[in-house]
Amino acid sequence: MDDQLAISVRGLRKAYGDTVAVAGVDLDVHRGEVFALLGPNGAGKTTTVEILEGFRQRDAGEVRVLGSDPANPEANWRARVGIVLQGTGEFDELTVGEVVRHFAGFYPDADDPDKVVERVGLAGKAKARTHTLSGGQKRRLDVALGIIGRPELLFLDEPTTGFDPEARREFWELIRDLAAAGTTIVLTTHYLDEAEALADRVGVIVGGRLVEVAPPKELGHRQEALATISWRTPDGTPETAQSATPTALVTELAARFGGEVPGLTVTRPTLEDVYLTMIGHR
Amino acid sequence: MTTTTKPATPVAAPTRRLGAGALALRQGRLEITQFLRSRESVVFTLGFPIIMIVLFAAIFSGEIAPGVSYTQYFITGMIATGLMTVSFQNLGIWIPTERDRGVLKRYRGTPMPKWVWFAGKVLMVVAIGVAETALLLAVSVALFDLTLPATVGRWLTFGWVSGLGVTACTLCGIAISSLARTARSGSAVVTPVALVLQFVSGVFFVFTNLPGWMQQVAALFPLKWMCQGLRAVFLPDSFAAREPGGSFELDRVALVLALWCVIGLALCLTTFRWTTKRDG
Repeated sequence: MDDQLAISVRGLRKAYGDTVAVAGVDLDVHRGEVFALLGPNGAGKTTTVEILEGFRQRDAGEVRVLGSDPANPEANWRARVGIVLQGTGEFDELTVGEVVRHFAGFYPDADDPDKVVERVGLAGKAKARTHTLSGGQKRRLDVALGIIGRPELLFLDEPTTGFDPEARREFWELIRDLAAAGTTIVLTTHYLDEAEALADRVGVIVGGRLVEVAPPKELGHRQEALATISWRTPDGTPETAQSATPTALVTELAARFGGEVPGLTVTRPTLEDVYLTMIGHR
Repeated sequence: MTTTTKPATPVAAPTRRLGAGALALRQGRLEITQFLRSRESVVFTLGFPIIMIVLFAAIFSGEIAPGVSYTQYFITGMIATGLMTVSFQNLGIWIPTERDRGVLKRYRGTPMPKWVWFAGKVLMVVAIGVAETALLLAVSVALFDLTLPATVGRWLTFGWVSGLGVTACTLCGIAISSLARTARSGSAVVTPVALVLQFVSGVFFVFTNLPGWMQQVAALFPLKWMCQGLRAVFLPDSFAAREPGGSFELDRVALVLALWCVIGLALCLTTFRWTTKRDG
């Protein structure tokens, strides 16, 4: 067992009746890494992650999470893993502070509850009953409960669904802080910009298979893809060309126009473009 | 300045993990807090027996046997019903809600030992059950001249019948919670069961006035035996002759309630789910 690996998965399979949810996934996540799992709904993201979290039993395959088999983990394994599930239950009748303090008691080396509440941006809501929180605030409480035990490994299942853009940016800062402190993070998300902003590597899962694992910039050989160069001709007609050597074309255009090229843009395929190609939408 | 000793130990020593007893007590306190803050639970669980006894005392008056007022008889049924409400109904309705909302799954994702969660529920049931029974007795003494048990032996009987009955009902409540598939179906599963048992077990009527087959059916379930055990506590010995078996049959009360504890425990251990079916 490689100690540098937080997660190691070989040949993971899981079916529900006749429906194959995970069809042979191999995956390594290194300690200290931020790994994003992307994929359409029903691709097997949540099933995979919930097997890693010890919530579901697998049909076949080797799984190691922090050195333990999540289906039969060693005693203090749960204390080392933080989990933020999709839409988990709230404690309507309790306040934010009470819930976080209560959960802190479950862990051998819990963080300071007040500090954690502040860190997720709920300091002003510490005395509010959880049923009065907005969707985004409830999600922050989920995150607070996920990190209260100072986990070595944190799972986040679609953590920012329902956040407004500002809340997402704040949330990203929080994840970056945790990653900087050495926490290994595995997140699933629908948002490609989120994966691009946070992840060291991205895995794309389609139809229960991991079709590619790469840093966001290299996914789908993005960096080697043809660049698209657009500009306007002197009479205003838009022109577009694709080129492996965009600099040469731009230099040539600059010479042709004698300086500024009107409406010049040079683009590579976005993460969204390559992702949509991968999952078969283009 | 340079020494070979290690740097001083960190100022903030890591918080030690709580012991088993402390974990259980915290969980119990949390459950009680949640219960008391949920107004519906308080009104229906604590208030229901009081409302019922006020109503029935107003409707039926007089004696059902020499020296036994209807209220004195009815209080035994209401104490038993109250204990069943706080344990069986309360858990059978609340646990599916918590399961459906993912509260149970969230607990399972923490290092909390599983038994702590059950201990929390039991502490909540015991605390609310004691408070509710005390309230019922106080109201009955104040308004309806209830005669409290006069001997230590009767109080002891009160203790073990209530304890065994609550244990059986708690286990059955946890067991039946797994039947409900969604939060809303919890009360649809539990309420009819509880209501039918109340009618056939002689909570509202004198048990021996019920049709024979109904008495036979009731004898299969715990509530009838809880009522009978409590009658041995609150009614005069002379009333024993009016029981179906010609006595209060305390040995049989103990036997049937203990049997239900075993059945309930077996069901809990085999059927309890931390997640909903759709969660796999």
